[in-house]
Amino acid sequence: MAARRLLSWYLTVFTLLCLFCYRITVATDEIEVCTSRFWFNYRHVANTLSVYRSVKRLGIPDSHIVLMLADDMACNHRNPKPATVFSHKNMELNVYGDDVEVDYRGYEVTVENFLRVLTGRLPPSTPRSKRLLSDDRSNILIYMTAWWNFYNVILRLLFGQRKLKQLIGENLSSKPIASWNITISVEKRYNELLFIIDTCQGASMYERFYSPNVMALASSQIGEDSLSHQPDLAIGVHLMDRYTFYLLEFLEDIHPASQANMNDLFKVCPKSLCVSTPGHRIDLFQRNPRSVLITDFFGSVRKVEITTETVKLIPNITEKNEKLTEEVMLTEPQKYVQQMPVAEIIHQSIQMCWTQHSNANGHYQKWSQPFKIKYD
Amino acid sequence: MGLLSDPNRRRALTSLVTRLNTPLCVLCYLVGVSWFMGLAFEPFMLRTYMSENAMGSTMVEEKFVFGERAISYTREFAGQKKKTGGMPVDWLVKTMKSRGLEVYTQSFSQTLPFPDEVKERYMVRGTNVYGILRAPRGPRTESIVLSAPCSEGNNNNQAVGLLLAIASYFRSQIYWAKDIIFLVNEHDLIGTEAWLEAYHDVNMTGLRSSPMQGRAGAIQAALSLELSSDVITSMDVALEGLNGQLPNLDLVNLFYAFCQKTGVLCTIQGKLQRNDWDTLPGYTHSLSTMLLMVLKQGSGHPQGDHGLFLRYHIEAVTMRGINSFRQYKFDMTTVGKLIEGMFRKLNNLLERFHQSYFFYLMPSLTRFVSIGYYMPAFGFLALILVLRALDLWVQLSDPARALEDGVSEGEQDSSPSLLSLATPVIICHLTGLALYFLPVLSQEMAIQHFPVSETEAVVLTAIAIYVAGLALPHNTHRVLSGAGTERGWRSLKLFSLLYLAVLLGCTTLINFSLGFILAVTMIPVAAFIQPHRSSKVLHGVALILVSPATTLLLSIYLYHELIEYPVSLLECWQHFLTAVSQGILDHHLYGSLLYPLLALFIYPCWLQFWNIVFWK
Repeated sequence: MAARRLLSWYLTVFTLLCLFCYRITVATDEIEVCTSRFWFNYRHVANTLSVYRSVKRLGIPDSHIVLMLADDMACNHRNPKPATVFSHKNMELNVYGDDVEVDYRGYEVTVENFLRVLTGRLPPSTPRSKRLLSDDRSNILIYMTAWWNFYNVILRLLFGQRKLKQLIGENLSSKPIASWNITISVEKRYNELLFIIDTCQGASMYERFYSPNVMALASSQIGEDSLSHQPDLAIGVHLMDRYTFYLLEFLEDIHPASQANMNDLFKVCPKSLCVSTPGHRIDLFQRNPRSVLITDFFGSVRKVEITTETVKLIPNITEKNEKLTEEVMLTEPQKYVQQMPVAEIIHQSIQMCWTQHSNANGHYQKWSQPFKIKYD
Repeated sequence: MGLLSDPNRRRALTSLVTRLNTPLCVLCYLVGVSWFMGLAFEPFMLRTYMSENAMGSTMVEEKFVFGERAISYTREFAGQKKKTGGMPVDWLVKTMKSRGLEVYTQSFSQTLPFPDEVKERYMVRGTNVYGILRAPRGPRTESIVLSAPCSEGNNNNQAVGLLLAIASYFRSQIYWAKDIIFLVNEHDLIGTEAWLEAYHDVNMTGLRSSPMQGRAGAIQAALSLELSSDVITSMDVALEGLNGQLPNLDLVNLFYAFCQKTGVLCTIQGKLQRNDWDTLPGYTHSLSTMLLMVLKQGSGHPQGDHGLFLRYHIEAVTMRGINSFRQYKFDMTTVGKLIEGMFRKLNNLLERFHQSYFFYLMPSLTRFVSIGYYMPAFGFLALILVLRALDLWVQLSDPARALEDGVSEGEQDSSPSLLSLATPVIICHLTGLALYFLPVLSQEMAIQHFPVSETEAVVLTAIAIYVAGLALPHNTHRVLSGAGTERGWRSLKLFSLLYLAVLLGCTTLINFSLGFILAVTMIPVAAFIQPHRSSKVLHGVALILVSPATTLLLSIYLYHELIEYPVSLLECWQHFLTAVSQGILDHHLYGSLLYPLLALFIYPCWLQFWNIVFWK
């Protein structure tokens, strides 16, 4: 009785604590997109998966990650090592792992789906794993890689440019542009947004942003090509792009308590290593990049603050608990009815076996001793 | 007013055309021929490059090391072939099954229209054996073919041995996305044709074959292998297929890329590449390579087993191993690595080859001339015909002009009746029909009356009909009225020129080489012949020199000069007779279109010009 009352009281407090803690911590959501299909675009999938892996290692759970991969490299018929995607040659690092969760796969990776995920306008039947469950206190990290035609399309829709030229492979010219121009900042779906893109002429993606609190990083300037890193001679494809390769190396050094800030991130992959010039944009961001921790976007730090104060929310809860405990006391103690005499059945069957085999061989007798099963 | 509707301007234009006609024609001819010769000059050519994105830049490290196994299979195969006296079907089936392939056989039979003296066969009966390696994780919708012919004597044993060794190596790999078919065909081209027809469920050539038991989906590419020695010094690639069709240039680029990677010496038309393009010997080398390709493509004969795959839109090449007197030799392992590399790249294909060129000429393995660059050469030649036809049209529409040149008859020329114009045309075409049908149909009769074999009967009948056609014009004239006039021959010539232009234009679109060879020889003479009494003999001789048969004879002579194996006149004549019989056989066996084209269209057109020479 007393124990039960104490337990319920602890439960209440713990729930409240959790709620309280969630209020403090800023949740991080993550969208990773790779839009390239076909075996020779192995490296784009490897890029996306390596960022996914780093981000999971730093604490963001799958429920907060939307991973979009346009083709299946791990189970492609041409993969000499099925169920793996490697990011380093000589097969050092398998970024596919055991617990990858791809939310949008294959032909589900489309411009429309990406926009719907960002704006939250998904049909009600969409499962929670395919939604971006962010609120106005979440930091969002968007990482994109592949060929730049795809992105040219989306970002002009979302973050800028009112006039839209005919798109490659997507026909959106008939729709009024204004209906797409509601940026997600208006709907208050994010607190801060970090946007990383690894593609040719990446800087053209972020130059038209005008929403507040957006920081952007790209692997190359306009007119430059973003290059791939190293081929693997056993698999026969290039494994990674340069920018993401060095980004992955940088992230491997970050741990959840790291104090590295955004300025370190801007220095990843200088021109001598990357051949292209990475660029970044911070003018729309309110805070100073030096004060922004990497783990604000790449990791999810759950702090638990223990407090010794009690907080009473609704006074009636404790009275209801007392009533319930009294009702429980009045009834008789219940117990299960003996369903089946299992022990006896086993005993009998072993006896039968023993009589059959005792004539064949002497050494069977040891095996056929009856088991004693205790049901206490 | 407009250029053509203003009478003054029109008169000025027409007078320009008639006055400058001959110089313009000569100029066009010279430009056309020099354009063609200039195609072999290196600065005018493009370097070959890989167009297909799926076969990207990275190469895999090849791991084939079973050259010794290939040689042991070769010895076994040679022994079994000698024992059975033909294709060792049971041994092949057993070996392929033990290597883990799904093995099927296909038997076929074909009766040739007359015995083939080159290959010594008449009623052909054979069996193809093919094993399918199923892709471990892939759907069975696409496949690649590796084929090796089973030839007589000691030829191509190593090809079959290497095929078996590669099959056993490929079987242990898991990265195949397409099924691989290993085909060993008997009676080379006939066997390949039988297999392809049964695989695609068509019957174009009257072959009888057993039904196809096993299939592997749509074939994306095919490689045919011919190896007759344990070690090789170079690999030659044969491109030309049936009716002059060529494989996609990407496949040739793939072959060259892997030859570079494995270090094997590669040749095209049996010639190595040279770097000294700015010297005369260097230029003549690439010109001779290009001319060899033109001659082979023009003949319409498939230069390897791959030639028959092309008709089904399957890109294919034949790789021949050559063992010459060079010092550095490559063993079977290297050739196996070459094939393994090519197959891994073909494995990455997502669609059939379609990015690169289908119409091209190759003066060397690293340079090519695309259709956009070589067509103007023919365009200038066709322009001559158009200019001449315009000139004749002007002459016909203005009778006073016509009487200025040539002999004036002094009588009123009425426009020739349609009958007098149509009669020579119809008779010429009837001769053509006779040339097409009679040789094969009348061989029985010919054997009874003359002491010749069937092949000789067919060939000699063809030549006899050809020559008999020359005697015709002396008879058709006298019969009809309204013939023998100035307007008569002009109309006939106008019609013939336009007919020739259309024929050659259509031929060039499909088989540039054939069209160009015929154009270069026939067009100048066709443009300039006239029925003058004084120069009848000269014109007649000129016309005979450019007749299709003489062109064939001269082409054979040129071919032998280019491969540095010159022949005397008698040997050339023997080759000519063989070429005629092979042409007829190709047409009946594989559906080659050279013989029908020459017999039914080019020869009648030429006869019409012959008619014009003897108009009076």
